[in-house]
Amino acid sequence: MSSERVIHAEGVTKVYQMGEVEVPALRGVDIDLLEGELMVLLGASGSGKSTLLNILGGLDIPTAGRVLYRDWELTEAEDAELTSYRRQHVGFVFQFYNLIPSLTAAENVALVTEIADDPLDPKDALDLVGLKERVDHFPAQLSGGEQQRVAIARAVAKQPDVLMCDEPTGALDFRTGKLVLEVLERVNRELGTTTAVITHNVPIASMADRVVTLADGRIATITHNDTKVSPSEITW
Amino acid sequence: MLDRKLLRNLRTLVGQVVTIALVVAAGIANYVALQGTWHTLNESRDQYYEQERFGDVFAACTRAPLSVADRIEALDGVARVYPRVSEIVSLPFDDDPEPSAGQVVGIPSDGDPPPLNDVVLQRGRWPEPGRADEVMILDNFATARGIAPGDPLPVILNGSRRELRVVGTGLSPEFIFAMEPGAAVPEPDAFAIIWMFEDAARAGFQMEGAFDDLVIQLQPGASEAQVIDAVDRILEPYGGFGAVGRDQQMSNYFLDEELGQLEQMATVVPFIFLAVAAFLLNIVLSRLIRLQRPQIAALKALGYDDRAIGLHFLKLVTFVVLVGAAIGLGIGVWIGGAFVELYTQYFHMPDLRFRLTLDVALVGVAVSLAAAVIGSMVAVRSVIRLPPAEAMRPPPPPQYTRTLIERIGITRLFGTSARMVLREITRRPMRTFLSALGISMALAIMIAGRFGMDAFEHLIDEAFQTAMTEDLAVTFVRPMPRRIVRELEHLPGVNRAEGLRMVPVRFENGHRHRDSMMLGMHDGVTMRTLFDQTTGEARRAPREGILLNSKLAEILGLRVGDDVTVHVREGQRGVHRVPVAGLIDEAYGLQGYMHIDALNRLLREGRVVSYVLMDYDPRYEGEVLARLRDMRGVQSTFSRMALIGRVRAQTGETWGAMSFILTLFAATIAIGVVYNNARVALSMRSRDLASLRVLGFTRGEISAVLLGELAVQVLLAIPLGLLFGTLMAEGIMATADPERYRMQAVISSQTYAFATAVTLASGLVSALLVRRKLYHLDLIGVLKTRE
Repeated sequence: MSSERVIHAEGVTKVYQMGEVEVPALRGVDIDLLEGELMVLLGASGSGKSTLLNILGGLDIPTAGRVLYRDWELTEAEDAELTSYRRQHVGFVFQFYNLIPSLTAAENVALVTEIADDPLDPKDALDLVGLKERVDHFPAQLSGGEQQRVAIARAVAKQPDVLMCDEPTGALDFRTGKLVLEVLERVNRELGTTTAVITHNVPIASMADRVVTLADGRIATITHNDTKVSPSEITW
Repeated sequence: MLDRKLLRNLRTLVGQVVTIALVVAAGIANYVALQGTWHTLNESRDQYYEQERFGDVFAACTRAPLSVADRIEALDGVARVYPRVSEIVSLPFDDDPEPSAGQVVGIPSDGDPPPLNDVVLQRGRWPEPGRADEVMILDNFATARGIAPGDPLPVILNGSRRELRVVGTGLSPEFIFAMEPGAAVPEPDAFAIIWMFEDAARAGFQMEGAFDDLVIQLQPGASEAQVIDAVDRILEPYGGFGAVGRDQQMSNYFLDEELGQLEQMATVVPFIFLAVAAFLLNIVLSRLIRLQRPQIAALKALGYDDRAIGLHFLKLVTFVVLVGAAIGLGIGVWIGGAFVELYTQYFHMPDLRFRLTLDVALVGVAVSLAAAVIGSMVAVRSVIRLPPAEAMRPPPPPQYTRTLIERIGITRLFGTSARMVLREITRRPMRTFLSALGISMALAIMIAGRFGMDAFEHLIDEAFQTAMTEDLAVTFVRPMPRRIVRELEHLPGVNRAEGLRMVPVRFENGHRHRDSMMLGMHDGVTMRTLFDQTTGEARRAPREGILLNSKLAEILGLRVGDDVTVHVREGQRGVHRVPVAGLIDEAYGLQGYMHIDALNRLLREGRVVSYVLMDYDPRYEGEVLARLRDMRGVQSTFSRMALIGRVRAQTGETWGAMSFILTLFAATIAIGVVYNNARVALSMRSRDLASLRVLGFTRGEISAVLLGELAVQVLLAIPLGLLFGTLMAEGIMATADPERYRMQAVISSQTYAFATAVTLASGLVSALLVRRKLYHLDLIGVLKTRE
């Protein structure tokens, strides 16, 4: 595996202004996302993992510190540049699938392929997540797991450089959750997409190349898994 | 506690509250301004009539001894009579080539106020008894002419010029609307009322011991028709022209017509606004309430009953309406003031000022409130009905299907974002339709407010451009031999002169009558065309019988073949029965036409003319007018272009003001509908839009998704609005039926274009307002929440 840095963050600090109270979410985080790796970010609720992911994904800007995508300084980017960064390089998967209810599965994917430079065919993307047969269904006609897989297909269809997943199994039952993790693992393996997965579910960490644990806005530990466990073998 | 929630709701909804309040304000302002103006004019008139003892019946005759007035006073039902002298005179101002006309009206020589039709002194003083040359004149004429008390006034009395002295200016209820007999529009600077001592007037017109004009006050409960009949019988031997009630008194007749039109506008237009406001409140509240569904459920679960919750939302509605009412009343009073100001130019009443009566204000507010409450009740009830447990759950996810259009297969033409727009529209076609309906109403109001100018331009074109082509019309104090036409034709610069016989008459059929003009024309007349606006044909004045204006025939209940009774109100004053030979639908006036020879024969006069049309080289205008002024027998001259200019100025001003205000209000409605729809759409779809932003859609791209739906509503509204506007214009024309002129619902393409442009601009402004909100979409916050 190459160890080239896709994203480099140093001293990232984020303070939320909640009325008169300042709530620090991140207190100086240094982290790299390496080409092709599957990284799991572990942490309890409120540890700052979502904030970190949002900053790395160009959805939010840090109060202090720097974030670079390859040689591109994101911390100084305008809104239009961040939009372009997300559009070209980042795929997102959220706990709540955030599909557009008025569009079918294929059309939800097409939303992205229409604006990306070198996209997959929407049907191929849906095939990749095992939903070849459901392309013409509207979100209301799909189960939660299916909806999440459409969301993954939508995220990977643009062939992003980075896939950011925030609690992708959080709203799913065990069996469906595993199915979704298998899809993520497969995307990472077959397409070589650098993937960051946020979870508070410790067993999931065993499928990662690298596990970063956050606590109270700081990185607590970083561990490397010498042997990755297939999602199908994970139980929780 | 609920009230605190209410306050906070209002704060977050400030944009929507403001736009809806403005629509309510537009409705109320409109109602208050128009109704208030109508009430003000109506009440001021009634009060004025009462205070200044305006007569009930008016009669004129050639000359009757004063003892005849006593016989009339003794009639059943008559309370008081006021016999006087009233004559039309010519005013040869040295500095004006066109002689003005004036009406001399007698006032008691002892300096007492007239017992009826009193004069209200405005400037200067009352004439001093014994000073025969002192007169008062109509205040507006004095103002228009720059005449002040102390100035001289030249008058041709019985053929000789006399210099009178103006000592005061005044107003009178019989001249609220002062117009020279035979003129098409009032000309404040060209028609004077001259109040002169009776003795002086009688001497001047050789009317000693006699009168030719009578004002009658009725006893309460007396029958006007019976008194008129009796007066007509008594005055017949003295050349009575037939008495009239207030409804036919010239000033009051015009006032009635204007007020009738105003009342019509004041009823129809404001209610359209209020209906649209109710509709808007319905849309916005039902969505606001849907967004608050979980909160309502929580409140219910906590034990608040339906009434308390219903009341809570009604308070919100009431607040919005009251804010709108406050703004609307303020604006309405201001506009009403401007309207009344506009009317004072033509309606001469002392102290005419806009007055807002409590009942008008209350009705305006109450109707808006009722409309708003009804509009929002439906939405409130639908939520209250739900059991709390069900209401606490989010509403079931929206179901979407492929649209019919897509199934036909045009889908390939649309991108995915366009498809989102399309499905959003087809999922709630009723909402799209209703919104388009609201916007189309705004457009229609603009057309209704503006088309009057088009219709009037058309009227001018028909009546004063197509049917008339002369440069100048000349009237004479008495019929002239036809050779006067040749004489005028030989004036320098004159290309052509044509002589007509114009005679003031009363057309009568049974109890119905109208005072108007009969025109005698020979076939060779080129400067007047008897143009029928229904058939588009040019007609000829008949050699047998009379060609009657069709509106006049309708008023009198006459058909072709019937006889019309014609009372001649000039010279020998005979009464004739003339068969109706044909009807002509003209844009203006209520006249009849005969061949000039037939008319001369009917009147048992020689080959005379009394009205000459002239066509001249404009370079010689000054000279022509100067020669006419010095010519004996010439009474007045009327320039056609000046007439058109005055008609344009007067109607243009009124319609212009009306149109401007309606446009402003209509734009408020359009913005209100579009903006509120956009806001609600934004709040309901912020999740989708945020998702798109995360996926890398730019702000512009998501704006297109949200605003595309609005664009469709606006585009749909345009043809609908053009249609409704046309129907509204036709409706207004069908119900407003003034006797003086017949406007057609002509709408110019500029009016259509203007209304469309304002609608599009309003849509654009709302879109820009919402776009700002769109730019501050909280991406993370939205996505972190469950649907």
